[in-house]
Amino acid sequence: MLDKLLIVLIDGINYSSWLFLAAVGLTLIYGVMKIVNVAHGSFYALGAYVAASVVGVWTANDFPPMLSYLALLIAAIVAGFTVGPIIERVLLRYQYEKDEIVILLMTYAVFLVMEDLLKLVWGVDPYFIIEPFAYLGNFEFAGMTYPNYYLLMAGLAVLVGTSLMLFLKKTHFGRLLVSVIHDREVSAAMGINVGKIFVLTFGAGCALAAIAGAFTAPTISVVPGIGVEVIVLSFAVVITGGLGSLPGVALAAIIMGLVRSFCVHFIPQFELFVIFSVMALVLAFRPRGLFSLAEARKI
Amino acid sequence: MSFDKTIRRLALALILILAASPFIPQWALFMLTIVGGNGLVVLGLMLFLRAGLISFGQALFYCAGAYTTGLLALKFNLTEMTLLIVASGFAGGLIAYLLGFLVARYRGIFFGLLSLAFSMILYGLLAKTEALGSTDGFNVPAVTVFGWLPESDMTRSAVLGMAFVVILISTSFVNALLKGPRGLLLTAIRDNEIRTEYMGASAKRTIHLIYVIAGVTSGFGGAIAASAVGHIDPTMSFWTTSGELIFITILGGIGNVVAPFIGALVFGIIHTIAFSYSPNTWQMVIGLSLIFVMLVLPNGLWSLHEKFRKVKA
Repeated sequence: MLDKLLIVLIDGINYSSWLFLAAVGLTLIYGVMKIVNVAHGSFYALGAYVAASVVGVWTANDFPPMLSYLALLIAAIVAGFTVGPIIERVLLRYQYEKDEIVILLMTYAVFLVMEDLLKLVWGVDPYFIIEPFAYLGNFEFAGMTYPNYYLLMAGLAVLVGTSLMLFLKKTHFGRLLVSVIHDREVSAAMGINVGKIFVLTFGAGCALAAIAGAFTAPTISVVPGIGVEVIVLSFAVVITGGLGSLPGVALAAIIMGLVRSFCVHFIPQFELFVIFSVMALVLAFRPRGLFSLAEARKI
Repeated sequence: MSFDKTIRRLALALILILAASPFIPQWALFMLTIVGGNGLVVLGLMLFLRAGLISFGQALFYCAGAYTTGLLALKFNLTEMTLLIVASGFAGGLIAYLLGFLVARYRGIFFGLLSLAFSMILYGLLAKTEALGSTDGFNVPAVTVFGWLPESDMTRSAVLGMAFVVILISTSFVNALLKGPRGLLLTAIRDNEIRTEYMGASAKRTIHLIYVIAGVTSGFGGAIAASAVGHIDPTMSFWTTSGELIFITILGGIGNVVAPFIGALVFGIIHTIAFSYSPNTWQMVIGLSLIFVMLVLPNGLWSLHEKFRKVKA
């Protein structure tokens, strides 16, 4: 029994790391820009496809495998930071004066277009890039063998989380960002270039989604439609944590990761919807999520 | 009870389509039936949008309606379409009534995503229930209309006719609601909920009411889709289904009860053409049309009608 709980714990931590990586970009974009980015999952898929190409080139040329992880990271950031800002500049920035719902629908349209563009560029056949996963080998813990890739994912999640936190708290640009999060108009009046911050934030959020996709790609088969489920899972994590809250995403990811892992091992029928049940339950008692900022009522 | 102009014209259009049905090819009859089913769900989404709300989970009630019809037909041999539609509407309404106690408290993004969560819960439940065919779903037996089992070449027309009856009843009801004080409250809630409440109206009760109405019409829509397609599966409750329905809502606009059906018709045509010519890029066509509509016709296709009327006057 204890052994089994240990397995649940380790699987849960792995799934939590994944959920955190997948969702953190969404909360960043919402926090700063108040946009619910439905295209988030497409950026995840973009990252996964870019990773498939990079790993393909990497193994074909016998580049050192240890460096392939760095290549994945850089490729994902480049992909997210190119496509994201283009969409923001070409489409979204004209919608900021309009309703929250209009922008949400715009990103939904972007999602539909990107889903098919990915198919046009990479085709509909699956890609398998097991190399970065297999290269790391396994570790043994309490009589069970786990892939070392689990450690990489957990490490990456912690790295992304802490660097975002430090960035927001300690750097000049991060503090500008925090002020925009609190009040866009007053920040603009104080001389902050909100337009520039929006482009960079959108790019960063998309890059984070692409990173999640790139590092998940070695563990799955990369096929059309992998982003579709990621969107709703990220929504669930972000809204449970409290839209725009970084510690909220972390806590929600941990709770949901552990609960799901528990269900997978003990009550597998519940696996598919347990995350949404947790979300509905949390919202029933804390209507704005676990860590939500108090909002002034505007009459 | 007197019918206003909109309903009279809609009734005329539906009767004309039905009269012409022997000359309409089978695939087009099928498409029109699906259009009717979608339009009924969008009728509910239109009510939400009038109150400034958008639901990313309306597929929940659509799917619940379809599964009610499917299960009654399969397990209880109840194939009478009139009863199936009523039962499905009742099921949708009941679920909406119960969930409404929670969902009606939320606004904005939270309303949309909480609805999404519930529809994904239903999806997860159905996809894991082997007795109901898991992700494959199951076939729905052929339905009868007033005890009459239509010949195979008449089935489509018969189901379409039933759909039209339901559409007429639903639109008349929603139209009367929108013209009455409750309907006018929706716009007030969208503009400023706090002021509306100071006037003594309850936003929560109003939203709960339209949530139930939308649940009933979506249940009807699901029953019609299930009878027309003859097969149901859990993706009916997946969030992408809700996404398409939202697209139709924006496409049609919220100016009139007929707008959802015009939106659904145009969506059906775009979808059919795009899907047959380029099966791998139909989503892109839908996405680009959505961007186009939002930039050029932010109030949907119905706003064209109003523009023309202004020009004449």
